Amino acid sequence: MTNPAGTATAETAVGAEVIAFRAAGKIFPDGTEAVRDVSFALHRGEFLSVVGPSGCGKSTLLRMASGLGPHTSGEVASRAENVGYVFQDATLLPWRSVRKNVELFAELEGSSKHERARLATEAIRLVGLEGFENHYPKALSGGMRMRTSVARALTTKPPLFLLDEPFGALDEITRGTLNEELMRLFVSERFAAIFITHSISEAVYLSSRVLVMSPRPGRIVAEIEVPFGYPRSPELRYDPEFGRLSSAISHALREGYE
Amino acid sequence: MSEVSGPQVEALSGGGKISSPTTRLRGGGLVRGVLPPLVAFGCFIGIAYLFSYVLLSPGRRFLMPPPHDVVSHSFFRGRNLHEQLGAMWDTAQVSITGLVIAFLIGSTVAIVMSQAKWIERALYPYAVIVQVTPILAIVPLIALWFGYDFTARVVVCVLISIFPIITNTLFGLLRVDANLHDLFTLHRASRLERLVKLQLPHAVPDIFVGLRVAAGLSVIGAVVGEFFFGQGNPGLGNLLNLYRAHLQTDLLMGALFWACFLGIVSFWVTGFLANRLTRNWYEEHR
Repeated sequence: MTNPAGTATAETAVGAEVIAFRAAGKIFPDGTEAVRDVSFALHRGEFLSVVGPSGCGKSTLLRMASGLGPHTSGEVASRAENVGYVFQDATLLPWRSVRKNVELFAELEGSSKHERARLATEAIRLVGLEGFENHYPKALSGGMRMRTSVARALTTKPPLFLLDEPFGALDEITRGTLNEELMRLFVSERFAAIFITHSISEAVYLSSRVLVMSPRPGRIVAEIEVPFGYPRSPELRYDPEFGRLSSAISHALREGYE
Repeated sequence: MSEVSGPQVEALSGGGKISSPTTRLRGGGLVRGVLPPLVAFGCFIGIAYLFSYVLLSPGRRFLMPPPHDVVSHSFFRGRNLHEQLGAMWDTAQVSITGLVIAFLIGSTVAIVMSQAKWIERALYPYAVIVQVTPILAIVPLIALWFGYDFTARVVVCVLISIFPIITNTLFGLLRVDANLHDLFTLHRASRLERLVKLQLPHAVPDIFVGLRVAAGLSVIGAVVGEFFFGQGNPGLGNLLNLYRAHLQTDLLMGALFWACFLGIVSFWVTGFLANRLTRNWYEEHR
């Protein structure tokens, strides 16, 4: 299931291309143009953040990447046979325990009971939810629900993660912790990620590259490389270069409005 | 009853004042939860006595028998009690059978409707028609098709109670979060998997809301059915009719009590089951 090439090149910065947008756009049936002329390529081991004003088509971009909401112009070439889609809401099934929730995708894809259990155990360990397997989502905190959601996505070992403001509804401290854990997962699993956020510092901290989008119709107004290596420590946020990158993104965001 | 309710209020709240904070809270909840309906009950009984003894002349007292007569004649005379309990059991059988059939048909219809918008559009008007047709208007048809016994009574029950089951089940099936649907799509779930693993469990609380309303309605349906279709063991509806004909108002009210009792019990049982099944799933909204 895992891409052998990906694991072989785990230590090198970037692996095979996972997805590429070429002048891709999307116009909804009602005539609203959500996304215009977006081009980028993403490889395994790359973490791409997308920042932009509300309603600029960031979520539409993710839906285009997943194939759920196909593009209407240009091209989106995906080599990801499955994607790990994580929403701002944990989207768990309230009638299933943590373990049963994590097993869901493997179950839908027809894995054997034994295989499902193995995948779930591993994913639950990766997100640090051991001991909570039999809890229902109702009994979990927001942060733990989000971990369950991430664990569920991990079970299919996706080469591409699509994260739609996954920590947007969490408090600052939980958000910080989950940022570090996401980074740890990224370093150990070497997937490619498209991460949507409103937080510039979150984007710089996690990403190898940041795309800045304009208001609707969303276009890419800046593409900013983040030159830090992985793993990164939380202290990185106080690095002068971190500040420079943040202000560059902030500047590009403001320019996008004009 | 009305005389004791006054001192009772003072006794309960006075007891609350001297107890510890936690027991005061609990006592306060009890006072707030139980006392108001108790006081209201006392008032109703008082009004009933007012009518029987003050407003009605002895010759017309049968129109509103004093409450203690209702209790002693209906519940403390073996023959009457036996008659009423037996009738309640017959009514219960009709209403439970009707409710189960309404549930099976209603949820199936809702599932079919949930599968495509055009099916929903095709069937929904007929569900509404079933709901708005006065039972009285189709009594002759039911009689022609099903006769005058148990089956006909159950049919009335089903007709009266099916609509809330259809609408609530459909609501629950269709209201699933779009993101969850997307996840099922991404992982290539079949239509059946989507229904069984996502939509149906999601609809469980709504199904129970429908069942709860339908449970009360099915008791009404059974009693109404017994009014029109009285062959076999005709239950409370027939008994009510009989007491009316004999001007036995006290017994009439006793039978009425059992009809209410049956409705409340079925309402309560479905609520209890819903709570048992879904209490781990959702936060309490109070």
